[in-house]
Amino acid sequence: MTEHDHDHDHDHPHAPITNGAEPAAAARVRALEELLVEKGVIAREDIRERIDWLVSRSPADGARLVARAWVDSAFKDRLLADARAAALELGLDPGPSPVVVAVENTETVHHMVVCTLCSCYPKALLGPPPDWYKSTPYRSRAVSDPRGVLSEFGVELEDEVEVRVLDSTADIRYLVVPCRPSGSETMSEEELAALVTRDSMIGVAQPAAPAPVAS
Amino acid sequence: MRYRPGQRVRVAARPHDGHHRTPSYVKGKLGRVERLHASFTNPETRAYGEDGLPKQPLYLVSFAQRDLWRDYRGGGGDRIYVDVFEHWLEEAK
Repeated sequence: MTEHDHDHDHDHPHAPITNGAEPAAAARVRALEELLVEKGVIAREDIRERIDWLVSRSPADGARLVARAWVDSAFKDRLLADARAAALELGLDPGPSPVVVAVENTETVHHMVVCTLCSCYPKALLGPPPDWYKSTPYRSRAVSDPRGVLSEFGVELEDEVEVRVLDSTADIRYLVVPCRPSGSETMSEEELAALVTRDSMIGVAQPAAPAPVAS
Repeated sequence: MRYRPGQRVRVAARPHDGHHRTPSYVKGKLGRVERLHASFTNPETRAYGEDGLPKQPLYLVSFAQRDLWRDYRGGGGDRIYVDVFEHWLEEAK
């Protein structure tokens, strides 16, 4: 064992950290929920509706936006200017506030998104965030060593490419429009949407490569 | 709106007890205003049951990565973009 042995006695008393199998954070959230309902701030139905809405969202919505932007440059301009209006144009639900801003990756600029303060994420268009997005290692390293993180996700960028990390610290949620893959020139909008992965819209991956055409 | 896109600004280095949305790694750092998003309720008062009014202008401010991290691995063009409320910004002298 190392000298920091976890068998040692604590020098401060505290209650057990877990209540049976329930993690401490879950117990705290449950207690908060009980209090808010008891005081009439929210109703259980509100909570259930919000959870239903959240889990019904998926990256397929964001992928439709990106695929349309790839095939229609005027739409792409509208998406970059006002992502909410562009989502409504495609019949998608951009959700209540916060504001979504779309940013475009090019051959010379690569964007990736993080929320260092918590786990802000464009849930309306991408669904619930992946666990790693909420993890402390991602949140700290994405800002201080984005190229190292990208490399772990399999993205190697030349030094000439400007890496822009977007830290969503306030009311804005960022959606990355990745570069359209080469070899996708003859694909339909629907086929293109299937290449647009969740991670490519967070900016930690490139879109999937098109399947080689059978000759 | 006090600041324009392209303008050099410094993030206030002041400590702040309680909820706020300015990450410590940009406090005291020199940045460039990229865009003005809009005005939003102030999270520093809203977090404590107030209405968050008056709304505060929110800017997208960028910083050179090499100004933030001593051993930054990457090109000199790499930048980090952070949303900062106007009351955390100062004119860069």
